[in-house]
Amino acid sequence: MTIQFNDETFRDDYSFHNSDWAIKRFPFPFHEDSYMYAVNMEQHRGGPEGSVYEKRFDVDEHYVSEMRDRAMVLADDPLRCQSLPHMTLAGWDLLELIMVSKSEDYPDLFELHRDGNTWRWINKPLGIDDTFTFLDDTTLPYGPMEYITRQTQGDFCVLDQRDNNLWMDAGMVTTQADWSLDFDIGMNFFEWHAPVPLAHEKGIFVRALKFLLNIQQGAPARRLNWTMTVNPLLDTSPENYHKWGIQKTTLTPENIGAKQHLRVELQTFFRLPRSNGLVFPIRCYLCSFQDLMTMPKWGRRLHRVVRDLPVELATYKGFIDNRPMMLDYLSQFDDGLPTSPGVWPDFETEPPLAK
Amino acid sequence: MSKFEFPPSIKSRPVYGTLEARPGKGHLMIADGEGAEAILGIATPDLMAKTHIIYIPRGAAFADQLRALGPAQFYEGPTYAASVSRIRRVLQDAHMGLQVYLTGTEGLMGQAQNEAMMAGIPHTAIQTEHRGSVARRMQCVHCKGITDDVETDPFQCSHCGLNLFVRDHYSRRLAAYQGVCIDAEDPGNVPAPKGIYE
Repeated sequence: MTIQFNDETFRDDYSFHNSDWAIKRFPFPFHEDSYMYAVNMEQHRGGPEGSVYEKRFDVDEHYVSEMRDRAMVLADDPLRCQSLPHMTLAGWDLLELIMVSKSEDYPDLFELHRDGNTWRWINKPLGIDDTFTFLDDTTLPYGPMEYITRQTQGDFCVLDQRDNNLWMDAGMVTTQADWSLDFDIGMNFFEWHAPVPLAHEKGIFVRALKFLLNIQQGAPARRLNWTMTVNPLLDTSPENYHKWGIQKTTLTPENIGAKQHLRVELQTFFRLPRSNGLVFPIRCYLCSFQDLMTMPKWGRRLHRVVRDLPVELATYKGFIDNRPMMLDYLSQFDDGLPTSPGVWPDFETEPPLAK
Repeated sequence: MSKFEFPPSIKSRPVYGTLEARPGKGHLMIADGEGAEAILGIATPDLMAKTHIIYIPRGAAFADQLRALGPAQFYEGPTYAASVSRIRRVLQDAHMGLQVYLTGTEGLMGQAQNEAMMAGIPHTAIQTEHRGSVARRMQCVHCKGITDDVETDPFQCSHCGLNLFVRDHYSRRLAAYQGVCIDAEDPGNVPAPKGIYE
């Protein structure tokens, strides 16, 4: 399969768009007609052909434009990428994991040629052909984590494991759902999740941490998380919140279908071999309400989920003020028919909208 | 004395204890303002013979009482900034097993704890006791400017001028709470400031 890369923007004129292919493979996060926090972890060992779960690091039509947006964010604020001094080895682990995975999973796009510690990396979509010495920082234009994550979609948290906890000691974070790496770097698992409501009381983080501490090499895991974003803005950072927050007030009944996006994070977890660190990629997928509504099952379900979500969650996810307008729009796509279990659109078998 | 019970909060917010003398051949006590009273509370001649006190009065009148304890070393600093190079030097020369005691305002304890952590002492091994002002040291997440002694919420960033909501989210590395623009979605709609714990 050859991917046609979009030339698009995630700011200003927001020319971001999903093809029919991208809509069909969108990781819709709701497996039933309601939502509550859960650890919801599963193995990350492939998935249905063509789905975002198939490859270790999914590459899609937004790749080239997302990397261009990341470079702009970093030029504006280099602190979005940081690595504490003891995390360099984990950065090399990550570089190896991504280069090996991508060259194996997308041989037409990426090549890795290894001769001892002399490595040649070819990234065709971005026009990169670099030869460097593995584990020698001076042979790359950036640190190893920054080098490879400037070429890989999704945010990356590189976690150190010690004292029975995970520590956010390095990361590349430019497509975040409103949290600051610069503020959170150095925190442990409970501390960086401290602002999340309800989940601590439900014991979610204690269970999740136990699971993550025991992730083994070669046995990665994954889960989905989600929020809402007005306009296809990747950089919903707290740093820039005073600039983008106002965009939430630009929704109207006329433009909500195009402007309101469901933002889904495919979170994966890989053990790193040399450092015993854990890398936690957070891949962001955006889809407008109007594109989601082309799948009748998703239309019915999204309405029910948004309608029944506890106030605390709608507040934390930042759409409590816009919820009534969202429901006015989404209710047009809910005819009350039952939905099939699971996240897949089931386009062929689910009935068309009966209203 | 002036001990304030902080309300329960989120897990990134520091929790302070009560100082107690621990065994050890070296002791470093760093305090500001009314933190002096916590040191006075645990001082014994034996402990003081092995203790280096660094004290920033900030208008409080305890320096003479601390000096009268007869610590092995005593320094009275005009400000934290003026004291920090001495703190670094003491930590650099410290031997394994140094006991660190921090007491006074959150800003003082947070910054001194950060110095001790950078010297390799785990934050969990450092004793703290809050005394005096409950004002916060705060970082504006937008301009990254730090403002000391923030007493109200919301407050206007002393650097960029944005109106900030004072969060309980706290970074040990920055020794600061986070301030986030409060009227981004409704410019100008800023509630009247009130005391953080009111």
